Amino acid sequence: MEKRVTFKGIWLPLLLVLPQMFITAVFFFYPAGQAVWQSLFIPDPFGLSMQFVGLGNFEYLLTNSYYRASFVTTAIFSVLVTLVSMGVALYLAVLADRLIKGSGVYRTLLIWPYAIAPAVAGVLWLFMFNTRVGIVTWYLGTLGYDWNHVLNGGEAMGLVVVASAWGRISYNFLFFLAGLQAIPRSVIEAAAIDGAHFWTRFRTIVWPLLSPTTFFLLVVNVVYAFFETFGVIHTITSGGPQQSTTILVYKVYSDGFVGQDLGSSAAQSVILLLIVGALTIIQFKFIERRVHY
Amino acid sequence: MTARDALVVTTPPLKSGRTPPEGMVERRGAGYWMTHLGLIIGLFFIFFPIWLAFVASTVTQPEIVRPPMPLLPGDQFFENYRKALVSGINAPVALMMLNSLFMALGIAFGKIVISLLSAFAIVYFRFPGRRLFFWLIFLTLMLPVEVRIVPTFEVVAGFGMLNSYSGLIFPLIASATATFLFRQFFMTVPDELAEAARVDGAGPMRFFWDILLPMSRTNIAALFVILFIYGWNQYLWPLLITTDPSMNTIVMGIKQMFPSGDDLADWPVIMATSILAMIPPVVVVISMQKLFIRGLVDSEK
Repeated sequence: MEKRVTFKGIWLPLLLVLPQMFITAVFFFYPAGQAVWQSLFIPDPFGLSMQFVGLGNFEYLLTNSYYRASFVTTAIFSVLVTLVSMGVALYLAVLADRLIKGSGVYRTLLIWPYAIAPAVAGVLWLFMFNTRVGIVTWYLGTLGYDWNHVLNGGEAMGLVVVASAWGRISYNFLFFLAGLQAIPRSVIEAAAIDGAHFWTRFRTIVWPLLSPTTFFLLVVNVVYAFFETFGVIHTITSGGPQQSTTILVYKVYSDGFVGQDLGSSAAQSVILLLIVGALTIIQFKFIERRVHY
Repeated sequence: MTARDALVVTTPPLKSGRTPPEGMVERRGAGYWMTHLGLIIGLFFIFFPIWLAFVASTVTQPEIVRPPMPLLPGDQFFENYRKALVSGINAPVALMMLNSLFMALGIAFGKIVISLLSAFAIVYFRFPGRRLFFWLIFLTLMLPVEVRIVPTFEVVAGFGMLNSYSGLIFPLIASATATFLFRQFFMTVPDELAEAARVDGAGPMRFFWDILLPMSRTNIAALFVILFIYGWNQYLWPLLITTDPSMNTIVMGIKQMFPSGDDLADWPVIMATSILAMIPPVVVVISMQKLFIRGLVDSEK
């Protein structure tokens, strides 16, 4: 798409794009290039020089059991976060869509968590499940269940999944509700007149017509689980116990800043870069076309 | 299906521009109340953690460490919030909120200004390197800051921008979402406006300032809401580059309030800080709900 009417001049537009170009070059392209460059080297034991190892860092990572475990952890984590938050959001959106009056009130209340930072969400859930003072922990204790996410990897994973999904419900709810309200009433009414009950209508009409929204949200939520949940993990578990909640982004941080292993951290950044790239392409190409209208 | 679930036929009042949620397929009776009940259960799940944090911020430490903690607010509201705001644990929370405010405003204003300028240039001029520039900023959409933290940290450290507002702000405005949004919007502006401006002898900047900018008001406001929340809620980046507690932002500062080792955390103050950390973005979202939803849908599509 191009404008028919344009202004003349070469220096003015260059001047106009200069601020963005400068900031993007300095704080984006240079660091991204550095990440790719550093991923090809390892520092010597004294940190004085860098030795070129080609794809050695990648080779090492892909055969490293901790890194592979982190991959699996990330996959489980993002699938669970996506399913839980989208499931709850869809359930609430379908209910809100059925209301004649008052769906606005519920919407206003349900968008709160969107504004709450993942790190703050992490602190709230940590407080409820804290091993010493947590109220849920205490109630579970009275039921005879000994909750301890500090020692139990499965419970730690459950907690970070719920805290991450909780913060995402509002976002998914808004998109699902918008998607539901865009479905023509006449189609649903026609089905209802033909005797289709709620569940039949949902399965055969609403769900297929909602698929563009669902696909879009799937990709966006996976991206969220991959990259924006660092705050939740860092506040609740710091990747533990025994790395059971160390997702890939957390590992870039812990290897790069805590472990000071720059080559490996850079190689991990490059792998993440490829994953985001793939997801972005899926989002732009695949979803635009494959949708069911 | 029971008789009470039977269809109620009503004539939906037509509102312009949007399919009304009301229609023929409406349930009365049991189904109707089940709908409300389902939503209220959902609301409970959403609000229970927030409510509990609020209660914890109004009671004393001993009331929390002897579980179960109370479920109704206590009388320590002013005491806990005063303590958090004025002295905090590592730094006064009022100071951390100020840092967050500067950061969020800096990111929102900075990104909007540079994006407006470059989107204007891309849409309304033909200049060498235009396509290249377009694709270069397109690439930035693909890489969140989390992926390039180590080298970006080195750049910022090299500039001596650790523990500074510019270090907090600049790396986070190096992304093109806003540029795309404005480009999209400028493409929908009728060509006749630019033509008329040219015929009347107005230069490009005059056109930008007097016509394009006023027309973009709603988009700018919607984007501002999104970017403010994005900036306020940043965690990893401030965690890396603010080693000085007086430069901490409130969202990353909460975690720093937990003692290391086995010491007991000061829960009332930490929870008061959590509540304070969520108030500004929640107020922005609720008060500008329409703009926010519009901005959200636009910026993601």
